[in-house]
Amino acid sequence: MAMTTLVLGLVLGGTYALLALGLTLQYGIARIMNLAYGEVTLLAAFVLVFLFQSAGLSPLASILLIGPAGYLMGSLLYSVMMRPLVKRAEGKPGKLEVDSILATFGLLFVLQGVMLVLFGANFTSISYLDQGVDVFGVSVALNRLIAFAICLVAGLSLVMLLARSRWGLILRAVALTPGSAPLVGIDVNKVSRQGFALGTALASIGGASVAMYQTFSANDGVVFTMKALIIVIMGGVGNVAGALAAGFALGLVETFVATMFDPGLTLAATFAIFLIVLIWRPQGLFGRRS
Amino acid sequence: MIRLVFGLLALALLVIVPLFVSEYELGLMIGMATYVALASAWALFSGHTNYISLATVAFYGTGAYTVAVLNESLPYPAVILCAGLIGAAMALLVGLSTLRLSGIYFVIFTFGLAELVRQLITWYEVTITGTLGRYIFLDLTARDIYWQMLALVVVSIGLTAWINRSRLGLALRAIGDDEVVAAHSGIPLARTKLIAFTLSATLITLVGAVASPRWVYVEPLIVFNPTVSFLTVIMALLGGANRLWGPLVGAIPLFLLFEWLSVNFPDTYPIFLGLMFIAVVFVLPNGIIAGLDNLRASLKGSKS
Repeated sequence: MAMTTLVLGLVLGGTYALLALGLTLQYGIARIMNLAYGEVTLLAAFVLVFLFQSAGLSPLASILLIGPAGYLMGSLLYSVMMRPLVKRAEGKPGKLEVDSILATFGLLFVLQGVMLVLFGANFTSISYLDQGVDVFGVSVALNRLIAFAICLVAGLSLVMLLARSRWGLILRAVALTPGSAPLVGIDVNKVSRQGFALGTALASIGGASVAMYQTFSANDGVVFTMKALIIVIMGGVGNVAGALAAGFALGLVETFVATMFDPGLTLAATFAIFLIVLIWRPQGLFGRRS
Repeated sequence: MIRLVFGLLALALLVIVPLFVSEYELGLMIGMATYVALASAWALFSGHTNYISLATVAFYGTGAYTVAVLNESLPYPAVILCAGLIGAAMALLVGLSTLRLSGIYFVIFTFGLAELVRQLITWYEVTITGTLGRYIFLDLTARDIYWQMLALVVVSIGLTAWINRSRLGLALRAIGDDEVVAAHSGIPLARTKLIAFTLSATLITLVGAVASPRWVYVEPLIVFNPTVSFLTVIMALLGGANRLWGPLVGAIPLFLLFEWLSVNFPDTYPIFLGLMFIAVVFVLPNGIIAGLDNLRASLKGSKS
């Protein structure tokens, strides 16, 4: 029983960690608190199901399409919608936070409405590679393992990108001190757009991998956003390693609560953790006190 | 003095109007009063502080559900009192854990609060009591509900007017302008925010409680509808959340538009509303009233 919880929890945690990474990129680099994040995730999930059911495209192949498509969509969204807000908020501290929260709150309803019209309000799922595979004595559906592998690959390549490449260095510079970055010739606007787009791409990949093993509906976006936000805060805002660790921790706790108590209490468990973190360490479990 | 007399006359008119209108029109007036009360109560806290609360429906739904649970075991005034107390306790809990920290924690917490309360109630009803969904049998006519809602509107706007002139209002405005400066001038940040948030949330809970008999049948999915939170915020913003009459100015046209859209475009109205919300944030960030003031000022400027 304990082993089942551990394995299933880690697999779920992989998806959460990836979703939280995307959100922390958007907030850390582009300074946009994106409340429509979960809707973007769901949109990718619906696209995967649509491609699978109507075109017969293998989910693995569609993820290769959905990731870059997410990047383009994020880039476009930033240029059209976020950039004017950033420009308007220049020199007014706190203004961008309020504006971005309100604007993405509106976007949440637009995307949700579009999904309800296109795909309906019913629960959706696909059956894809759902035979069991033995992992440390626990039977796990193959689709979950593949989803986990995808999250692991996407998450680790992002960590490597940020830590080792020149682009990662530039992204980190903007995240750390957006005011000084222009002094060394960094185009903050461009980098913010890239950070936002990268976050959207991760949300899309996360959503597509969710669609491979989970049932979902067009109304679930808020829950995804909420979980990603809580993981980001638990890990410390902008802290990549923290988001990864907190994502796995949340996956474990949720699976534990769902198997030991009741699946209806998972969100309550998430909130309980959030409250404890807020009261005990508001800077995040791995964050430093500023 | 003239303004006060004028205001009382308008209020008296609003009180007697339901005696002369049809059932359908009365329904519309209850809806308008509900949203004016919600938007005004929301703006009581969020208007000056810029702390965006996305939890309106968490409190509204709690009020409605409290009535659904208690309506057969307690007399009506006691039920309403209980709803208010539960709302206040919930607001204190949320406020105490998030309002001492940076504003973003508050937003995130309130964002998920409605979903949390809904899931908790659903879980409790399904596993402990074994019944999901309750009936409200109260001997109240639509007119009674309208008058009660009108009273809540008067209380919300009156309380806002009073707070705006009191030290509390000054403190809230200072917090909205710059929290660090406010703290250095000796304003107790956490306490000020907590008082205003609790007042606002309690009023919202009461609105839910008063509105609930209109449903007759209540279940968590019905009363915790996120559209209510969304509409409240957009109405207050459209009129101008930091103006006394702003929420009222925003709520009435948007409520009528919402009714029209939901009748004529039942499937696509969330998209329209979302786009409108974005438009308000972009075009009228300070609301209609401030926009009119600016227009008047620029007209005067061009004349002289």
